[in-house]
Amino acid sequence: MDIRELQGYASFFMTIFLVVILYSYIIYLYRSEKKGEKDYEKYGNIALDDEIDSPPIERNPKNQSEKKELNK
Amino acid sequence: MKQIVILFVFLSIIFIEKDYNILDINNFWLRIKIINIIFYKGVCMQSHAALEYDYSVAKLFTYTTILFGFLGMLIGTLIAAQLAFPELNYLMGEYGTFSRLRPLHTNIVIYGFTVSGVFATFYYSAQRVLKVSMAESRFLMFVGKLQFVLYVILALAMVASLLMGFSSSKEYAEMEWPLDILTVLVWVLWGVAMFGLIGMRREKSLYISLWYFIACFLGVAMLYLFNNMEVPTYFASGGLGSVMHSVSMYAGTNDALVQWWWGHNAVAFVFTVPIIAMIYYFLPKESGQAIYSYKLSLLSFWGLMFVYLWAGSHHLLWSTVPDWMQSMGSVFSVVLILPSWGSAINMLLTMKGEWNQLTENPLIKFMVLASTFYMLSTLEGPIQAIKSVNAIAHFTDWIPGHVHDGVLGWVAFMVMASLFHMAPRMYKREIYSKKLMEAQFWLQITAVVLYFTSMWIAGITQGMMWRAVDEYGNLMYSFIDTVAVLNPYYTIRALAGVLYLTGFLMFAYNMYKTMTASRKLEAEPQFRSPMA
Repeated sequence: MDIRELQGYASFFMTIFLVVILYSYIIYLYRSEKKGEKDYEKYGNIALDDEIDSPPIERNPKNQSEKKELNK
Repeated sequence: MKQIVILFVFLSIIFIEKDYNILDINNFWLRIKIINIIFYKGVCMQSHAALEYDYSVAKLFTYTTILFGFLGMLIGTLIAAQLAFPELNYLMGEYGTFSRLRPLHTNIVIYGFTVSGVFATFYYSAQRVLKVSMAESRFLMFVGKLQFVLYVILALAMVASLLMGFSSSKEYAEMEWPLDILTVLVWVLWGVAMFGLIGMRREKSLYISLWYFIACFLGVAMLYLFNNMEVPTYFASGGLGSVMHSVSMYAGTNDALVQWWWGHNAVAFVFTVPIIAMIYYFLPKESGQAIYSYKLSLLSFWGLMFVYLWAGSHHLLWSTVPDWMQSMGSVFSVVLILPSWGSAINMLLTMKGEWNQLTENPLIKFMVLASTFYMLSTLEGPIQAIKSVNAIAHFTDWIPGHVHDGVLGWVAFMVMASLFHMAPRMYKREIYSKKLMEAQFWLQITAVVLYFTSMWIAGITQGMMWRAVDEYGNLMYSFIDTVAVLNPYYTIRALAGVLYLTGFLMFAYNMYKTMTASRKLEAEPQFRSPMA
């Protein structure tokens, strides 16, 4: 088996591996939403409610001004 | 200035009474208290109200988008006309020939117009989806402005050097090595601004558009560096030849593979990924409809990232590249339909129940048409990447036809629509003319249809004529026979170029009047952009 043939097999199996990962991810997304662990669709509102003074969909605890507000 | 006014009023309140006695301590402190209440509250309220998005960098890139859009399309129209009327090649000596102007056209459209549009929309939308203002960080503001200054220097150097004939001869990577170094600098500054803003964000989750902007940044950074690994011959040879000359570090088929790994991914990470970033923000915002499915956007994103990087070898079908790699390029190109259509269908379904907006708001029309053209070109591309189809399509005019479906119908429409949406928010004025926008839309849509239909016919005719053999196996046509047959289609394409350029001038005029003469707005529109 020469290097080109090896490269071909490597490409094929890597593709299969990555397809499995992708499909597992799809299953994970739908299952976690069905179980009520995650609500992905709420993040769609980030684009609509994007005023600087409107409350974030999820506050970033690392933000400095947010930290100050939380300390109050 | 504000401080001087405050000081002036402060002193007036203290000393304006003729019989004021500065030794009257009670009276003095009473006055100080009044000033404190007026100004401290005023300043506090003002500083709170003053925390607003800062569009100064977005505005700067808006100007270059319009400028380079006009220049790129003007040169494109000229070279389209040169193919129909070859005598137009001799208008400006060596500087006006097709071979000199063609790379100028592609480079200005990609790195001038589109990249400016990407930067403008990034500096506008990233602040908003992260809920953080550029004005909150002097450092990031400095980085943004420095990036703009270096970008303008780079763009002008690119135009000048390509016009003078300095070229590395690699398609979409023609800029010579000193300009490549400057490109890296501009790109790194963009990265600093991007990750700096992300670092200070109030919104914890990154919105879809940002994933695509980050992918654009990382994808181009990696591929640009690999493809532009080159040896400046002047230094390597100890002072021979021009400083503005280099040779690739790769040779032969390897060089071709790396070149098309980049070449195709310039389409992926400049013409696709950041434009998807735009539509994921601007269509929901303009229509007031949240994205149809956030989960679908996640899948489309990872699918696109996974598949796109492998499709580049379809540019090298029937060449010296290993056969398995050619097949991989074909297969991945066909699989690419799924994530591409995933995004486009997500966009169309976002308008579910709100299709009336298509007739009422020309901006929605621009964006919906852009996503429709995205679907068309991402179906056409995979068809061309099938080996048997490619045997006819390769090297023919069907290929520029395909590219222009994407760039005129998808990229330019989306960039213009985004700038139209941004204008009332950035300049606090309504869009100058709805009628002009409608006219521009119909003129440009006619242009795109004329462009791609003429190139479909021209390309397939060309491919069939090149392959036609008589009963003895001799070629039936010489090259000039095909040129003579294609001339009417080249004329139609030149006409399409004139129409599209006219539409772009209408856009530029509408934007200029919006910035300067349109009715002022009292409040920022929440969704639909106001227009006269």
